[in-house]
Amino acid sequence: MSVSLPHAVAVWRRNAAIYKRTWLWNILPNFFEPVFYLVAIGVGLGAYITQMGGTSYISFLAPALVSVAAMHGASFEVTYNVYVRLTFEKAYDAMLTTPIEPDDILAGEVLWAVTRSSIYGGTFFIVVALAGLAPLPSSLLVLPLVPLTGLLFALIGMAFSLRIPTIDLFSYYFTLFLTPLFLLSGVFFPLEERLSEGWLWVAEILPLLHPVRLARAAFRGEASLVVLWDLAYLLGMSFLLVVLARRGVQRRLTD
Amino acid sequence: MIVDARSISKRFGNRLAVDQLNLQVPAGTCFGLLGPNGAGKTTTLRMIYGVTKPSSGTILVFGSDIARHLRAVRSRLGVTLQHNVLIEQLTPVENLRVFGRYHLLRHADLSRRIEELIELFELRSHAQVPVKNLSGGFKRRLAIALSLINRPELVILDEPTTGLDPAVRLALWSRIRTLQAAGTTVLLTTHYMDEAQRLCDQVAIMCGGKIIDEGVPAELIASRLARETVEFDCDSAEEAALLDGAGAFPRRLRSGRRIMLYLDDATTLINHIRRWDQGDRRALVVRPTNLEDLFLSLTGTSLENDL
Ligand SMILES: Nc1ncnc2c1ncn2[C@@H]1O[C@H](COP(=O)(O)OP(=O)(O)OP(=O)(O)O)[C@@H](O)[C@H]1O
Ligand SMILES: [Mg+2]
Repeated sequence: MSVSLPHAVAVWRRNAAIYKRTWLWNILPNFFEPVFYLVAIGVGLGAYITQMGGTSYISFLAPALVSVAAMHGASFEVTYNVYVRLTFEKAYDAMLTTPIEPDDILAGEVLWAVTRSSIYGGTFFIVVALAGLAPLPSSLLVLPLVPLTGLLFALIGMAFSLRIPTIDLFSYYFTLFLTPLFLLSGVFFPLEERLSEGWLWVAEILPLLHPVRLARAAFRGEASLVVLWDLAYLLGMSFLLVVLARRGVQRRLTD
Repeated sequence: MIVDARSISKRFGNRLAVDQLNLQVPAGTCFGLLGPNGAGKTTTLRMIYGVTKPSSGTILVFGSDIARHLRAVRSRLGVTLQHNVLIEQLTPVENLRVFGRYHLLRHADLSRRIEELIELFELRSHAQVPVKNLSGGFKRRLAIALSLINRPELVILDEPTTGLDPAVRLALWSRIRTLQAAGTTVLLTTHYMDEAQRLCDQVAIMCGGKIIDEGVPAELIASRLARETVEFDCDSAEEAALLDGAGAFPRRLRSGRRIMLYLDDATTLINHIRRWDQGDRRALVVRPTNLEDLFLSLTGTSLENDL
């Protein structure tokens, strides 16, 4: 069985049709969040931490937070929202009475999560840019990174959501997976200054580390070989997760 | 045959939900699948439209093996699920549009089809109201309309009228007949025997994953039970004494205090009971035997096996 793109787009359009009704209310919080970060850090914390990783603390943080926004944008969609569609709304049961197949549903949902992640990450970037924290034009390179980050986290979330028996387990996903990632992936402090050589290698498995490093490179406008490794990680890991998520969607949607 | 299921079984863990079932639905008929809760009706339907894979057996729909031609077969059929699946935030028109896209219908064609269905199911008055504000009857009509968006040749309806008021049921029956008149094959399940008797050209009665009887409703009733039914209250102790000397009865059925007797001519029995009761006349119901009697006589009146 293979994915049919038109059918995947039909799944995507279902979600888009619902989003269209409430997009303004949905998008507003995406604007507020970066504003609060910038105020709290710029006015508050930034006064105590004057410099980090060679720049002001706020400039150090800004590109990483764009990646975090992309991660969160995708994660909410493929966790609670997908689970509700799966078990409570039974939307997939209805789709499977039509020529849509499980792989199309997976593709459509991932595509939608990437879309949400791009909206989320994109608005964050706009606010950061308006605050004068995004050096132009080099920081624009972060824009293609946002959907890539969204893709990775959409697939991780899908692989998880399709395997859990109850909605309660999402609190573990958020508190034991996303939150530690957020705190320990080099968003708030440079790992290379705090970890020993051995631990730095271990940290390379963290999925958020790579988008964060790429976003910083984009903002700085300088590339090194590490960029290639980070991109390879994003694409390679996404590929592996597609295999995992496909198996999950088959098992969950057909019996 | 539009549907030809040969010896299909479905096992969930160590539970056999469907057991070596054979089912043939001829083109243009309305076929009713009846059976108590948990009989395996929904599981059978799911295997026919290919979401549940049979543990054994083969299913041909429109002559094609469903396991190998899933997309092609599904594009020619429509399914109304047992529970409504609607997008509550969206209006009926938007729901129809979303569903039409699942079938890859083009914009112009889809708009035309939506108009037809809004007309057919009398959804016009609330066509632009979010589904969450609609009544149960309205939602069910919409759910059925969704399954017709692709002009299916086979419509599968899982309990289409459960929980609806008499007027809505009547309206839906007439729509189902309209479909059938236009050449559509209908496969439905129902717990309402009056519905099955009125709508279905053929019925199959399922119990414990097997078909235990099958045929044209009127013929089934005539061949398995007698023409008339006498129904009244009496406890088992009284029953023996009351019916002693009233003649031999081919079938009787009891549920709690209620007893039903099936016989070709009820006159003798009624007179006998009246004499027994003397002046004290108990309430007797005399009526034609119906599909419900047959159903109960085949599947039993006890709730013990209900899971
Ligand atoms: N996915 C599943 N996993 C395990 N058991 C299942 C599954 N689906 C159905 N069953 C079991 O199979 C049996 C048949 O269920 P099914 O839903 O087909 O019955 P039904 O005839 O449609 O009943 P109802 O009239 O209540 O809708 C039941 O005992 C049910 O518990
Ligand atoms: Mg059922």
